[in-house]
Amino acid sequence: MSTYEARFKVWRGDGDGGGLKDFAVEVHDGEVVLDIIHRLQATQAPDLAVRWNCKAGKCGSCSAEINGRPRLLCMTRMSVFSREETVTVTPLRAFPVVRDLVTDVSFNYAKAREVPSFVPPKDLAAGEYRMQQIDVERSQEFRKCIECFLCQDTCHVVRDHEENKAAFAGPRFLMRVAELDMHPLDAAGEAGLDRKRAAQEEHGLGYCNITKCCTEVCPEGIRITDNALIPLKERAVDRKYDPLVWLGSKIRRRSEG
Amino acid sequence: MAHVDRQQWDVVVVGAGGAGLRAAIEARERGARTAVICKSLFGKAHTVMAEGGIAASMANVNENDNWQVHFRDTMRGGKFLNQWRMAELHAREAPDRVWELETWGALFDRTADGRISQRNFGGHEYPRLAHVGDRTGLELIRTLQQKIVALQQEDFERTGDYESRLKVFQECTVTQVLKAHDRVAGAFCYARESGRFFVLEAPAVVLATGGIGKSFKVTSNSWEYTGDGHALALLVGASLVNMEFVQFHPTGMVWPPSVKGILVTESVRGDGGVLRNSEGKRFMFDYIPEVFKEKYAQTEEEGDRWYDDPDNNRRPPELLPRDEVARAINAEVKAGRGSPHGGVFLDVSTRMPAETIRRRLPSMYHQFKELADVDITAEAMEVGPTCHYVMGGVAVESETAAAVGVPGLFAAGEVAGGMHGSNRLGGNSLSDLLVFGRRAGAHAAEHAAVMDRRDEVPAEVIDAAAAEALAPFRAEDGAENPYALHQELQQTMNDLVGIIRREAEMAKALKRLAELRVRARRAGVEGHRQFNPGWHLALDLRNMLLVSECIALSALERTESRGGHTREDYPSMDRAWRPVNLVCRPVEPAPADPAAARIALVRQRTEPIRPDLLALFAKEELVKYLAEEELYE
Amino acid sequence: MATGTDPADLATGRGGGVHEASRAAIAARHLRTDRWWLAPALTAAGLLAFVVYSTWRAFSNSDYYAAPYVSPFYSPCLAENCVPMKAGPNWEIFGSWWGLSPALLILIFPLGFRLTCYYYRKAYYRGFWASPPACAVAEPHRKYTGETRFPLVLQNIHRYFFYAALPVAGILTYDTVLAFRDASYAWGHAGLGTVVFLVNIVLIWAYTFSCHSCRHIVGGRLRHFSRHPVRYRLWGLVGRLNDHHMLLAWTSLFSVAFADFYVYLLATGTFDDPRIF
Repeated sequence: MSTYEARFKVWRGDGDGGGLKDFAVEVHDGEVVLDIIHRLQATQAPDLAVRWNCKAGKCGSCSAEINGRPRLLCMTRMSVFSREETVTVTPLRAFPVVRDLVTDVSFNYAKAREVPSFVPPKDLAAGEYRMQQIDVERSQEFRKCIECFLCQDTCHVVRDHEENKAAFAGPRFLMRVAELDMHPLDAAGEAGLDRKRAAQEEHGLGYCNITKCCTEVCPEGIRITDNALIPLKERAVDRKYDPLVWLGSKIRRRSEG
Repeated sequence: MAHVDRQQWDVVVVGAGGAGLRAAIEARERGARTAVICKSLFGKAHTVMAEGGIAASMANVNENDNWQVHFRDTMRGGKFLNQWRMAELHAREAPDRVWELETWGALFDRTADGRISQRNFGGHEYPRLAHVGDRTGLELIRTLQQKIVALQQEDFERTGDYESRLKVFQECTVTQVLKAHDRVAGAFCYARESGRFFVLEAPAVVLATGGIGKSFKVTSNSWEYTGDGHALALLVGASLVNMEFVQFHPTGMVWPPSVKGILVTESVRGDGGVLRNSEGKRFMFDYIPEVFKEKYAQTEEEGDRWYDDPDNNRRPPELLPRDEVARAINAEVKAGRGSPHGGVFLDVSTRMPAETIRRRLPSMYHQFKELADVDITAEAMEVGPTCHYVMGGVAVESETAAAVGVPGLFAAGEVAGGMHGSNRLGGNSLSDLLVFGRRAGAHAAEHAAVMDRRDEVPAEVIDAAAAEALAPFRAEDGAENPYALHQELQQTMNDLVGIIRREAEMAKALKRLAELRVRARRAGVEGHRQFNPGWHLALDLRNMLLVSECIALSALERTESRGGHTREDYPSMDRAWRPVNLVCRPVEPAPADPAAARIALVRQRTEPIRPDLLALFAKEELVKYLAEEELYE
Repeated sequence: MATGTDPADLATGRGGGVHEASRAAIAARHLRTDRWWLAPALTAAGLLAFVVYSTWRAFSNSDYYAAPYVSPFYSPCLAENCVPMKAGPNWEIFGSWWGLSPALLILIFPLGFRLTCYYYRKAYYRGFWASPPACAVAEPHRKYTGETRFPLVLQNIHRYFFYAALPVAGILTYDTVLAFRDASYAWGHAGLGTVVFLVNIVLIWAYTFSCHSCRHIVGGRLRHFSRHPVRYRLWGLVGRLNDHHMLLAWTSLFSVAFADFYVYLLATGTFDDPRIF
């Protein structure tokens, strides 16, 4: 078991201002950045604000930026840094700061409400749902999301452009639209709701320029861009930009009707 | 005293885990205006940590399963100390609660014919756990969260306000349940972000705050698990039952130190993982207790056959109830046959192809890969017991989840006691959350509906609550560091009231707890009220100390070993203790001297088990459990 | 994409984006300590090199045929001013009025396919437009509208370029078959050029089938895979190729340029095609 002293820079402050504060702190074998932040709390800065919960990468609370990269504090091992390196920890930079490492993530909860929920099929009672594993797997991948909002934080559409927040749901909630659109029993269509069209027209899918930063930061390894966003873009094309598909569905509807 | 905001609601739910959200959904659907208040962000509750699954006898995989078998397994797992009516309701209603999740958008893993797949788990006779890989808790919490959002969207359609009938106060903490005229009248809260106080006035409060694990050093529980609901209930006059029963999950990570205690799901064993000691021996075969002898394989060969042919073979002893496995691991380590870091080996790498492991246990694979540099498809994990769950909790009425003795107070989920007896089976917690969350929500809504006259909380009650909450800022010189106090408390409980208990140690624990109580009075914090974790911890200390006192006191009193309570000086189960509950009540009036005991312990006889339920068991089995006098009745 | 390119007000530390007044006050545009600029720089350099090379070759209108090989840049050759290629891809759809390089007529299609490709979009948005230059590195644009309006909304027609890329790849396959001749058009022979063409055509097909639009069309658009087992398998296969879309995009880009360059070397007599059999 070896111990060394690491140099840290931690952003401290609130909405009125603040800056990076220097700390020297002990590090033990096998520790993660969150352990170090806790040690700072217990020994040097008892009021250092940090959000955390499970400390096992399952709840997505301890999102922050470490050396400029959005990460979970609890899943970033100290062993990825050299002993000489200064580790810089700041709050998420796409959201308003509350205090120290804690940001106001209410943007995400507002966006969550804008996505219409699962629509249960009318003709099936609870217990009668039958779905094949291969049909639920795509949506299941997206439901691995722990809502750490790192993808929302790294996405330049809102990170670099506050004004886009109104029109853009962000990767997490576009992925939610994809999840519902791929759900084998979602009855949105029967209820007159077109999720593909809504993705483009209401949730700002067109803002995404598929630069894959969301996929890069996802701690769950969800392939947000390849499996959710691009398929959703293709589905929107089906609805809005592909005359062949449009014609085909018109003809089919007529022959069925 | 400064002005404190008051808001009026019908039902206030404290906690936004599985039980809290299910209660809130039910209360709102029954017309009550419902507020949910939770310490973390919405959707982060400890329920997300649940891995294995939801136990419900849907009989999708083995058609012999039904509620009676589930009830039987639950009672056996709890060593017959369960509040039997709760166990019955739980077993009967669990399937409906799972199916209903599907109508809210949940996507469980499927069987070949398209139903919900069910997996094996310790103590369950048939494959019974509905699951999604090893992230079932996340699926549960997300589904409930999204159902809440769906209800809010409905309300928005109707009223133009998402939060008109159902609101989540996230990152807020309740420090007191308030009473007026001897019944519940609301809750005193602070917002973590601003540090501001507010009062939610409501005739019904549902406690759904989860457990107490943060009083122990090695635990799988998150920071939220400070026993808030247990303490809030005690402080408002309710009582706690069975607090001596604390479940130590047999398999927590033991290395590296910073992740010590993090859970390794039981599905590892359910899917074929085996436990070995440093000599390479599958030691669990040596630890099958008398009561389970007929139910478990006696040889490795039979145990291995069971995975493919469960009808003609008995299950391997790795799948004994958690208390048995935890004790066995503890004994192996004590005997010097442990792994290098003080655990034992849990191995799947030699039992399944790497691809299967990654598919069936994805989060375990990542957890070990990322936190311990261990590739579980190639080498064994090191695991040891970790404090996981408290069986004890608020004494409640089985049907209504109403706290005994306090009108308007309800409790559901881990904070409620009785359901699991002396030991909870894996998978029974998620179903417990849903079954009793719903019941608590329904009866809280009903209680609120019949309370036509609302009680206003007197100003002096609010002032006193505010003064208590602000005390840490007024600490004088020589103030205690709340972090240091917390660490001492965890060490005390871990060392002296841990997995194996001794009379002298517990007496010592009670003394230490008294000292810590005195010092906690002087806990002081720096800075201001805005998102100040030191302050939050200082306030949580009160709860942890109260709960710890209950655990130590009850554990000292119960002179037998049963389920999650193991006494070195009384190593076997004593049938005479079967019909006895230990009940913790607050000493009233609360003593002014902080060193004095706050808890009074009472022995209470349990209600006799209904004959038709007893008839589900063979006579020979009952003889092993029931007290002499019960057998005659 | 961005309509303005003025950097945000960095001097005050309070401007747009990460310097928005409500966000944590950090003056630096980013705090990354790794060589984040390397990937976009390499991408930009690689794409730029290809653009320069292919522009020169496309406009040169010479040295694109060395029997039996035709440069993939000039196949099919659709104007009358093409070099006659025995049994080769000469289709004089455009007649004699076309005076420019015939490559320009056909290159539009592969160019459009690659320009609207989801991978290349990422590559040039990052490499050329710095939108963003790298993850969590603030971009130097004041405004951003993404692919919501003209002209970038046209990226949505990617699947039409995919459809068009299929016959083009088919013709290049035909060219590869023709490469199993010798310089006097006798069948049953192969040279180093044949190998170059084979490798190129395999990469071209792999890139074409690994396309995200293709993945959508063969199965991605379905709601119930279980009712379409064949398309589900195809979707899985395309998905596996799609995992390597970036790799295939680069290798096929390189191989197509190399195939052209090889023909150029032969046509100019700089190099003699070594015969294998």
